[in-house]
Amino acid sequence: MKYFWAVIKYLSLIIGVLITAIPIVVVLFASFKTREEYATTGPLVPPESWLNVENYVRAFTEGNMLLGFANTTFMLIISVFFAILFGAMIAYILSRFKFRGSKVLLGLFLLATLIPAVTTQVATFQIISGLGLFNTRWSAIILFMSTDIIAVYIFLQFLDRVSISLDESAMLDGASYFTIFRKIILPQLKPAMATVLIIRGVTIYNDFYIPFLYMPRPDLQVVSTALFRFQGPYGSQWEVICAGVIIVIIPTLIVFILLQKYIYNGFTEGSVK
Amino acid sequence: MAQATYQKSTKVSKLLSVKNFNYKKQKMLIIILFSLIPMTLLITFSYLPLVNMIIYSFHNWNGMSPNKEWVGFHNYVLMFTRPEYFTVFVVSLYYFFATFFQMGLALYFATVLSFNVKFKNFFKGVIFFPYLLNGVAIGFIFLFFFRPEGTLDSLLTLVGLGEYTQLWLGNPDLINVSLAGTSVWRYMGFNFIIFLGAISSISKEIYEAADIDGANSWQKFRYIILPSIKRIVELNLILAISGAIGVFEIPFIMTGGANGSTTFVIQTMTTAFEYNRIGLASAMAVVLLIIIIIVTLVQRLLLRDKEA
Repeated sequence: MKYFWAVIKYLSLIIGVLITAIPIVVVLFASFKTREEYATTGPLVPPESWLNVENYVRAFTEGNMLLGFANTTFMLIISVFFAILFGAMIAYILSRFKFRGSKVLLGLFLLATLIPAVTTQVATFQIISGLGLFNTRWSAIILFMSTDIIAVYIFLQFLDRVSISLDESAMLDGASYFTIFRKIILPQLKPAMATVLIIRGVTIYNDFYIPFLYMPRPDLQVVSTALFRFQGPYGSQWEVICAGVIIVIIPTLIVFILLQKYIYNGFTEGSVK
Repeated sequence: MAQATYQKSTKVSKLLSVKNFNYKKQKMLIIILFSLIPMTLLITFSYLPLVNMIIYSFHNWNGMSPNKEWVGFHNYVLMFTRPEYFTVFVVSLYYFFATFFQMGLALYFATVLSFNVKFKNFFKGVIFFPYLLNGVAIGFIFLFFFRPEGTLDSLLTLVGLGEYTQLWLGNPDLINVSLAGTSVWRYMGFNFIIFLGAISSISKEIYEAADIDGANSWQKFRYIILPSIKRIVELNLILAISGAIGVFEIPFIMTGGANGSTTFVIQTMTTAFEYNRIGLASAMAVVLLIIIIIVTLVQRLLLRDKEA
């Protein structure tokens, strides 16, 4: 009986892994196939040669993926930097000072998360284009760098654990609040920053809708929109599309393997509390 | 906590009576400085659109013309009387029911993987990984998966179910099932990791006590795990409703809303950006928002009752 359940357990896990992996693995197979090979073999058949990188070269150059990666990286670095900085600033004043309106401030951030961005997109679009940011990188950057309540909460939780006596001793030395923030608070928040960096980074790298809507100009394409463009010209050339898909997945896979532990922690910390 | 902080910092300030005034002024300054930009962004990109959207919803406006025509509730009446705006809610039902399936799977895998299992980290990693993937990549992966003679058809033929192969995305009766299935594939890992986190916060001693009493795995699940994570299960289930209404990326990327796969959000976006009917699109968005707010409030009330 005990063995029976063990078999069920492992069997279900293996089926789970297969269901997750097969859709991706077949795309990997197709990405290494030649035109004729793709046309004559089924999707479950591995490619003849794993060294046929022709599709990758085509996807990367014709799809202008380098530009996509450059634009995504630029957007990601700037918006995540400011999202972290602003989040830390708000968390600092909320955790260290009690002032009139501090509850209102937190409440405003909380309430804003109740408004799903996708619902207000039509009106947001009018504001972005009214500011003259339509079809510039700054449209996406400014939308991504706004502070979200998850970041504020993660920072607040960390700051609660940082002893106030550190601040106080710095004040005895005559440090200004600004110095305290820069020399004491920011370094202490490093682990929390890593969490926010990962969650935000993954979201921005994967976001499709904002770049698609606000930056239709081809030279502003990001990874997501570059891949989306494959739909038209490569409609039936699945071997090239598949190579494009794998190119987009590779950075995610590398980050995931390197930062697995932090990613798990980040997601549980960010959502449960 | 904040109160205590305040008292402590005033104590320090008193200690440094010369600096007292200085710190008070500094405090004001830093509060203003540190909240200015984040608050400006928050108001400009969260609250202002909300207010504008409500105003637009009472107007007939194409988004460009300088004059907006006040039409009262006309846009609202229009969307509730046109069947094409109503059927999108039927599409939501597919995603809503898919969520139960998604939760069940996530809960099952989270429970299994919180006990001793070989290659635990490998299984955890593979099950969670799809959640981190790019939405467009997932769209293409599943277009490839559902193609005629694609992955799914080949798999069915391989296991001798070849007769069931069909147009998974071409059949209006099946398209939403296929798309909702893709959605389960994409998001299950997220629920899984949340459940896993919740289960791992249960104290080990409880399991040890249960072991001494001779409880089996099912009993541990039923009497220890399930009650401890009940709130999170409830929260996720109710959030599923707003999630089901807000579905956008997968159907938009995979089918563009063709063949009866249009969701509420796709409908809103097409109305706004293809037909330039900003007023009508805003009214739709307001309705969408109201539904989501009601769902959230109901959830809050339910959870509060449980706590009392």
